[in-house]
Amino acid sequence: MTATETRPGSEEEFAPPRRVRDLDWRRLLRLGGVAAFVQMFISLTAMPVRLDERSVIESVLSLGFVFIGAIPIVAGNRLSRQVKLEGVAVHRAGRYELVGGALVGTLAGAGLSLLVMLITHFDLREPLVNWSPQLRDLLSFNRGPVFGTLIWLGIGAAGGLIGGGLRLLGARWRRTLLMMATTVVLASILEQLVVDLVSGVGLEPVAEWFYARRGGLTQAGAGVTAAIAGVTTFFGRGRMKAARERIKTLDGPARTRANAGMILLTAAILIVVPLLVGSLTNELLANVGLFVLLALGLNIVVGLAGILDLGYVAFFAVGSYTAAVLTAATSPRINPEFPWFVALIFVVVITGLVGLFIGAPVIRMRGDYLAIVTLGFGEIIRLLFLSDWLSGWFGGSQGITAIGGVEIFGLTTIDGTNPRNIFYLVLVFCAIAIYVSWRLERSRLGRAWMAVREDETVAEAMGINTVNVKLLAFVVGAILGSFSGAIFANKVGSVFPSSFLILVSMVILVVVIFGGMGSIVGVIAGAALLIGVLGGPKQPGLLQEFSEFKLLIYGALLVWMMLARPEGLIPSARRSRELHQEEFLQDAWLRGEVESDDDNGDGGDAGTAPPGEART
Amino acid sequence: MSRSEPLLAIRDLDVAFGGLKAVNGLSIEVYEGEIVSVIGPNGAGKTTLFNAISAMVPITSGDVLFEGSSLLGLDPNQVTARGIARTFQNVRLFTNMTILENVMVAQHCRTKRGAWGALFYTRAFRSEEAEIRAWGEKVLGFFGSRLVGFRLNQPASVLSYANRRRLEIARAMATRPKLLLLDEPVAGMNPVESAELTRLIGRLRDEWGFAIVFIEHDMSVVRDVSDRVIVLNHGELLTEGLYADVSMDPRVIEAYLGQDTIIEDATKS
Repeated sequence: MTATETRPGSEEEFAPPRRVRDLDWRRLLRLGGVAAFVQMFISLTAMPVRLDERSVIESVLSLGFVFIGAIPIVAGNRLSRQVKLEGVAVHRAGRYELVGGALVGTLAGAGLSLLVMLITHFDLREPLVNWSPQLRDLLSFNRGPVFGTLIWLGIGAAGGLIGGGLRLLGARWRRTLLMMATTVVLASILEQLVVDLVSGVGLEPVAEWFYARRGGLTQAGAGVTAAIAGVTTFFGRGRMKAARERIKTLDGPARTRANAGMILLTAAILIVVPLLVGSLTNELLANVGLFVLLALGLNIVVGLAGILDLGYVAFFAVGSYTAAVLTAATSPRINPEFPWFVALIFVVVITGLVGLFIGAPVIRMRGDYLAIVTLGFGEIIRLLFLSDWLSGWFGGSQGITAIGGVEIFGLTTIDGTNPRNIFYLVLVFCAIAIYVSWRLERSRLGRAWMAVREDETVAEAMGINTVNVKLLAFVVGAILGSFSGAIFANKVGSVFPSSFLILVSMVILVVVIFGGMGSIVGVIAGAALLIGVLGGPKQPGLLQEFSEFKLLIYGALLVWMMLARPEGLIPSARRSRELHQEEFLQDAWLRGEVESDDDNGDGGDAGTAPPGEART
Repeated sequence: MSRSEPLLAIRDLDVAFGGLKAVNGLSIEVYEGEIVSVIGPNGAGKTTLFNAISAMVPITSGDVLFEGSSLLGLDPNQVTARGIARTFQNVRLFTNMTILENVMVAQHCRTKRGAWGALFYTRAFRSEEAEIRAWGEKVLGFFGSRLVGFRLNQPASVLSYANRRRLEIARAMATRPKLLLLDEPVAGMNPVESAELTRLIGRLRDEWGFAIVFIEHDMSVVRDVSDRVIVLNHGELLTEGLYADVSMDPRVIEAYLGQDTIIEDATKS
């Protein structure tokens, strides 16, 4: 069997452009309707009102309008999407794309026009809190409802036209434009971090030139940012791709060296950056680190062993409370005032035991039942800390306050007042968690977890004690989570039951799923994006203005992720194979790696069967 | 071959699902170094028998003795640890694990390095990993070069149907069993492949010393390789003996084809 390498559908060959009268009206109406609805919905959640305060480019564009304005562009672009099939030529883009895009964009814009009109004539403020003249004025740019109605049709049409028009550009230009736009938005979102960092190096004037005093990029700054992004993408992408390919094809010691280099570089950056940035940013980094630690722990449970644990916050809570009781002088019943590192030993042991205790009954269940029971246990733990029964020990709803910091061998004390040191502490434990995940995944235990995740019944029949193996995953995950809890208690200086709501479990789970289950890098990226940018359950992120809409955006992101990329942001190779098995097999087949059933029957004696010619 | 002590002895086995008796008062014995085939029409209780031996369904009454001691009350993984490995009728590989990982993970109950060894990357851990790998490759090598070489690190999902069946046998072999239970090992294979696998089943006994019990519908395989044939019908032992005797037994023919069919066939010819 020889796989021929001809690719008929390659980029050079196009079918003639589609005609405007062939427009898929049903699809157009659906897309436009959805886009209009989304725009109205976003507006009525008052997201534009809040986000109007946050500008992307000074006095030109606010984040709120980026959000709304992006929708017709996306809709206009999606309308003329063509499914690429092997061997089928793609239609060249033309008027179809432009007209369709404009139409769908207009339809999308009509949603806001309608909203402006409705707000003018009706008062629905009773159920819809944000149904306000303020919203209308914002949407009509303070120029009256008629202008507001018309302008959105125009903006929608223009957006749709841009979206459709993107298809007319070559891939290279399209990529460049998209990169420019994303970089500008990103630069404004990351403002705090970038300004802090640039100023830390001693280049305040540069930061001041790029960023406006009241937030957002200056117009010149935006221009330069876009230009840099454009030029590097346009000319540098090929080289980047080549470099990545080269690293991919490395093997043996060269690969190891490349990996080690990457790890050292990352470590160096993570050690140096906190020295340069201010305490606000360090606080943010520390928060992200705490969630990375939690997510890595949950990743072992959910990602590696496939146990859907919805009550993971329990271990965070147990870790926190144990550390609090053992280190704080103010703890109600017992207050041995151990140094933090001594307390940590107890934290590990106690959380491990609690993990065993919860896990032992739970772990025998499977699938949905298991998820629901863990959910219950997560709440039970919090309610125990809250209860009157144990308030003599844990202070009930008053919690435990005035928890001291982490004393490091009499040298220095790390507490919430010094977020930089907290970050370093978190970093150390993250490194431990990463090492543990990495080593365990590539061991006998890790293989057993994989087998259990794939098919528990067969794993059991192949001699794996599934109960023990799953319990071990549960306990390892619990201990990693408790580290985060112990640091959290001493960082914040107080623990209350209300810090351990079920929401925390959900957020960690979303981080793991969003980042990519089973992938260490993915989980870290997920935490950085969700917690760092949007903010955690109680921690503000870079987009503080978003905090009200955090959960809405989490939900939307999760839904989108499940539809578009169920394996997560940076998936593990295995996971994406699971989810895209058919596509994977097709690719493998094209490379000639999959056997067909009829090419090995003539092998005769097994001992001398041909290897099927090294088809690689 | 000593006939004194059976390797596997099933005594008055009953397996009932609600009112349905899938296996009913079955007693059979398998001796060391023996290849026994289990045949019978659909629904005769063959797979249920396998599931009962490997503790995957609860036994209603009776006993299963392996090397003289009872398997009752054990978990499936403990049965495997005692030395009984099985394959499944509908191939159930860990399709997203690589071919090598499939046979490595099956050695779980024969190895013991836990989390500590992995975390500290101890010498014992490394040498055990090397052993696991070597044994895995050895087992895969039994099937010629089909499952080794560049295939080792490919996911099991890329394998052809016949090779999946082979890998499943390899995975069972990797658990270092004394008794192999193969559930329709040649189902879905073409005649050349099934003839080859038949030879391999013989070699599994001769070279690896496994006792083998296999369920099969392909009578040529049953004829060629089995020392003894056990015929089940409605969960009960219909007869057992040499293939030549069993295949001539009118009760067996009737169980397979139904009495009417015989008459019909007779009238047709």
